[in-house]
Amino acid sequence: MHTLLKTLLIFSLAAVALPAKAALNIFACEPEWAALAQELAGDKASIYAATNALQDPHRVEARPSLIAKARRAQLVVCTGAELEMGWLPVILRESANPDIATGKPGYFEATHYVQMLEVPSRLDRADGDVHAAGNPHIQLDARNYLPIAQALSARMSELDPANAAFYAKRLQDFETSWQAAIKRWEAQAAPLRGIPVLVQHRAYPYLEAWLGFKQIGELEPKPGMEPSAAYLGKLLAQLQATPARMVIRSAYQDAKPSEWIAERAHIPTVELPFSVGGTETAKNLYGLFDDTITRLLQGLK
Amino acid sequence: MFKHNAIFLALLVPVTASATDDIDLRNLREQVQQLEQRVQRTESNAAVANRPAAAGANAFNPAISLVLQGTYGKFDQDPAIPSTGFAMSPNNNGYSRSFSLNESELGLSANIDPQFSGVATISLAPEGSSSVENAYVQTTSLGNGLNLKMGRFFSGLGYLNDVHAHAWDFVDQPLVYRTFWDKQLGEDGLQLKWLAPADIFIELGAELGRGRGYPGTDRQDNNGAGAEALFAHLGDDIGASSSWRAGVSMHQTKRVNAVSNNVPDLHATAGGVSNSFSGDSKTTGLDFIWKYAPNGNTTVTSFKLQGEYFQRTENGLLTYDTAGAAITDSYSVSQSGWYAQGVYQFMPHWRAGLRYDQLNSGNAEVGTTNAANVISNYTYTPTRYTLMFDYSPSEFSRLRLQLAQDKSRAGLSDNQLFVQYIMSLGAHGAHQF
Repeated sequence: MHTLLKTLLIFSLAAVALPAKAALNIFACEPEWAALAQELAGDKASIYAATNALQDPHRVEARPSLIAKARRAQLVVCTGAELEMGWLPVILRESANPDIATGKPGYFEATHYVQMLEVPSRLDRADGDVHAAGNPHIQLDARNYLPIAQALSARMSELDPANAAFYAKRLQDFETSWQAAIKRWEAQAAPLRGIPVLVQHRAYPYLEAWLGFKQIGELEPKPGMEPSAAYLGKLLAQLQATPARMVIRSAYQDAKPSEWIAERAHIPTVELPFSVGGTETAKNLYGLFDDTITRLLQGLK
Repeated sequence: MFKHNAIFLALLVPVTASATDDIDLRNLREQVQQLEQRVQRTESNAAVANRPAAAGANAFNPAISLVLQGTYGKFDQDPAIPSTGFAMSPNNNGYSRSFSLNESELGLSANIDPQFSGVATISLAPEGSSSVENAYVQTTSLGNGLNLKMGRFFSGLGYLNDVHAHAWDFVDQPLVYRTFWDKQLGEDGLQLKWLAPADIFIELGAELGRGRGYPGTDRQDNNGAGAEALFAHLGDDIGASSSWRAGVSMHQTKRVNAVSNNVPDLHATAGGVSNSFSGDSKTTGLDFIWKYAPNGNTTVTSFKLQGEYFQRTENGLLTYDTAGAAITDSYSVSQSGWYAQGVYQFMPHWRAGLRYDQLNSGNAEVGTTNAANVISNYTYTPTRYTLMFDYSPSEFSRLRLQLAQDKSRAGLSDNQLFVQYIMSLGAHGAHQF
């Protein structure tokens, strides 16, 4: 028993003695922020994505590996708006790393830098899984990345002043190419304007606000609640009067409810990557929106 | 001023329009677009900056959570009868027949200042009494992977020990927790944990306490620590789909005049006798949990497998029949117990679980003067099978059905049925792994 503890201790001390990497150590809660950090920091950062796009960001386990990764992180980049409240507090507490505590420069919440949508006027769990700060799925409006990138780049410079000029240059390059990409996406997505769609989860208000399609119904009776057969039946009856062109869901979600309604309403289902890595082609931030728009346009056919 | 320039420009442009000016016009248009973007950005920044901070005297109130639990229980045997061979151990199963209110749990937590955070959990018993389950402060800025806890807390040994009742996967604790830790080992004292700066999870912990919880005897005549615990946890991911944590723990305490009532003896005294034990108690344990979900996505299906093993050696003096003969002689025994359980989420919000429990009461070495009084070997292996189904409409509510075949008592096989609800109101803290 004591020998085991001793072995562990020696093993751990050996880990401490390893030379620290020069790179800025970043812990990203979701893959989109890992991708953005990658765009802004290039090889000056070592980035760990805590979750992948095929995981429901509302239900992530506070895995031991995450605690270990957060222990040495210099910067935690998360969505905020309570999206990670089911697991991040445990990670922050157990990692015993004061540099990334809430309110410290090492703690970054993307939702702080954008205009939040669907901020509830009343807070009641009877309304389902609502977030006091508003809908947290801000990563689907490409325009949101501009203010977030600015703030994140500034944060990187603050934590790693030696590379400030490098981060500023990367930011400038990112802004230029991102603005061009936004123009391209907006032109491509023009046919989506005003198109009525159904969504499985209330995850797309930012995408809707940007591309201008019209959400006319949700498959979840309340955010975060499983669609019941009775509720889907009611929704189907509503579709007779106000038809939708497609039903949208994110890659991590159960396909069944949207397939059920799509089959009966004779509309296509569209699976969106939701984040970087959600589909084969959504390999980086540009791929995320290329693929999202391509898939939505395919839904129109 | 700018406006005038713009109007002037606008007037000027059509007048001087020519083929070469197309390029200028395009440039102008781009400039205007860029300006628009800057304005948009500034506006959104302004909107963010103007967001009001939470205000008022209540803004600093701690997070409050309340857990409500209730069960319906149906079983054939008296739950007060202990597992065979464990009459000197606690038998607090935490359930009763018919409808009953389980413990309600009121939790308060907040940061205290930049250095400390605090947690209090008040347990409200159905009979009306309340008790302090947890009340501790924790450091938040020691850094270097160090976490210090002070106060009353659930010990960090094993896996299930510091899991609160509302997060259990079954209505009750495994038999080994019931008999070895009186359900859960609670301690008053200090806990220091250190997380190694490694890529995999390596955590070492040490606790020093008054020995409040069983097997400690809450010594009040002693300035030193009544119990010590050491534990180490290791954990990591295997690909995106699985993660695990394994641990070893050690606990020791000195038991002083620990009285057990209704202990069966060789003379088969009706209702048993009262014994008293003083001596060393040392426990070692192993724990393991493995969680699996396809791609780490628990939306539709997920599975977890966990098991724990504890072995306890007690060595000291036993006084037989304190109320009568009161014969004291040496007594030493090594007992063990383990459980293994699997919980499978087979569709969104629905789970099924199976648990197997086993105890080994050991073969006691009883001093010669008590050899004819104290049972040294019960030659019985207590076991139990438990089957569970639960449905969680949301992360705040859970309804559960549990069936158990309890053979923990020789000759008293018991078929048990439980229906349970667990609901949490208010702040809902993040769950540990």
